[in-house]
Amino acid sequence: MNTNSFTRKLMGALALGTSLFVAACELPPQESEQNGYRGTGMDQIRSPERQAKLAAANEIPEAQPEAPKDGPPVSQIYQNVKVLGHLSEGEFLRIMTAITEWVMPEQGCGGCHSDNLADDSMYTKVVARRMLQMTQDINAKWANHVAPAGVTCYTCHRGQQVPQYVWFQDPGPMTPAYMGNRNGQNAPAESVAFATLPYDPFSSLLKNPEKIRVQSTVTLPNQLASAGKPIQDAEMTYALMTHMSKGLGVNCTYCHNSRAFGSWEQSPPQRTTAWYGLRMVADLNHTYLDPLKPVYPDNRLGPTGDAAKANCATCHQGVNKPLYGVSMLKDYLTELSAKK
Amino acid sequence: MIEYQTIFTQVQARGHAHDGIAMDRGTWPREGKPFFNHWLGVIGNAQIGPFYLGTLGLASLVSGGLAFFIIGMNYLASVNWNPIQMVRQLFWLSLDPPAPKYGLSFPPLNEGGWWMIASFFLLLSVMLWWGRTYWRARALGLGTHVAWAFASAIWLFLVLGLIRPILMGSWSEAVPYGIFSHLDWTAAFSIRYGNLFYNPFHALSIVFLYGSTLLFAMHGATILAVHRFGGEREIEQITDRGTASERAALFWRWTMGFNATMESIHRWAWWFAVLTTLTGGIGILLTGTAVDNWYLWAVKHGVAPQYPDYWPSVTVDPSSLPGAPK
Repeated sequence: MNTNSFTRKLMGALALGTSLFVAACELPPQESEQNGYRGTGMDQIRSPERQAKLAAANEIPEAQPEAPKDGPPVSQIYQNVKVLGHLSEGEFLRIMTAITEWVMPEQGCGGCHSDNLADDSMYTKVVARRMLQMTQDINAKWANHVAPAGVTCYTCHRGQQVPQYVWFQDPGPMTPAYMGNRNGQNAPAESVAFATLPYDPFSSLLKNPEKIRVQSTVTLPNQLASAGKPIQDAEMTYALMTHMSKGLGVNCTYCHNSRAFGSWEQSPPQRTTAWYGLRMVADLNHTYLDPLKPVYPDNRLGPTGDAAKANCATCHQGVNKPLYGVSMLKDYLTELSAKK
Repeated sequence: MIEYQTIFTQVQARGHAHDGIAMDRGTWPREGKPFFNHWLGVIGNAQIGPFYLGTLGLASLVSGGLAFFIIGMNYLASVNWNPIQMVRQLFWLSLDPPAPKYGLSFPPLNEGGWWMIASFFLLLSVMLWWGRTYWRARALGLGTHVAWAFASAIWLFLVLGLIRPILMGSWSEAVPYGIFSHLDWTAAFSIRYGNLFYNPFHALSIVFLYGSTLLFAMHGATILAVHRFGGEREIEQITDRGTASERAALFWRWTMGFNATMESIHRWAWWFAVLTTLTGGIGILLTGTAVDNWYLWAVKHGVAPQYPDYWPSVTVDPSSLPGAPK
């Protein structure tokens, strides 16, 4: 009898311990949605609780009221209008109001402009101008990734001066020179969903997305250059893919048939969209974001002195389509789509 | 019913402490005065000691301790000698093998050199401990089944950490020493080589692994179930079956049409366990050396099933299209 009550207590303690141990995971219920051929495990698993939070976080602000399109181009009215000079004065003031709401709701106009509105002395204004060009460029050049919704400032900024999800080169925790090398991984890092995978896959793979492919395309070794990639490369790719999965709130099977990750014939169409997205991010970081480094004050730079850069989470913020695919661009086509 | 189902030993027979049989020359004396512990008796034999250290055991413990120490000191250094952080981050900490650029050469200490040294002592420790299981079995006049089963596990360990890296020409192919890191390594290994689930030796290894647990459960359940008829006297019942053995046999004949015997079940169990790591080691050994993409290998040999085309619109790699961005 004594032993029995002891057994029961032990079992109780085990049950309690187990439930505490798994409490770090997302709590049930989870919903699963089939997105491929039956029986192949092509499913998306989502937590309704998390989906509700994401839906609330992704409501879009109301569009600014329509502005008159007539009148001379604004470049003839105001000085130093380099990007939006083709707009009417009404349209110009409308987009300025929108940008303030999207990016600098607290600081207002003074976040970018000094008393002389034409003056370029504030770094935020220089950055904002470059970001306008970037937005126009994305909508013009990267339709393969962003159409039909397109992007606006709000896609990344969401009312914050610096978007919530940006990345810097990560030198990792400081360790002694003679022992305890972290090897660019093995530290709990949010960037890779707290795996022990390399915590900065972006510096390498978002610069050279063609390096993402690590799987051999041949059956037997040493027939092609694609053979012979080390496991460390696979870990780097795995790290980036973990970021994508988390950044988009999807499972691997959203883009891949996990039985053959590399096979395009068996991949859902979303993989093609993602392929263009990776090239887009590489292009944006290279053309727009990284070169802004000399413009920023020190406190805006990363630990190694680089500028903030974009990855998948910068726009997606946990959702497969940023802002659930609702187009804010349609209300600002003249301002933010490609200049003709 | 609880007496039959509990994991805890129901009978603790306790007499005078058993000192063991007299040993031939060439062995060390056993150390320590034996004592009894009730709580250990709940899960095994209550008698603890006397201990046998021996040359092999001592050498194995020393070199294993060195490997453990080197790995632990690297963990501690990687959190800047902060013991609290070492506990908090323990699952993430890792001592990684050298980078691919070092090939089979000896790298700088902090770039895989510590890993090499720790691996050497770990290997030494495991081999010495194998010798201990072999020679202790011989000293007691036993068969060497335990040593050979252990050797099968060592085979997998050697393939992962020594044989395959040498064949691949790089220590970077070996496994990192860390709790999460070796798991991430495993996943990356499978991804790199086109899905290890299509590796037939991996499949065999899984069959024997899960088969082992199934056999273990069936055997344990059978013996406990015939306990009331004296069924735990398994060895005698090989030749003198008795009612326990016969009832157990009848039960399995009725439920699955065939039954093991008191002898054969142990041969089955031993071979299933041994074949788990034996086939697993072969599977790892062939990966990257003989086969570079197991999925493509399975397609080539008609092993991988083909499913209907679910997304006919997607057929090409976008990088193969004209004018594709780099």
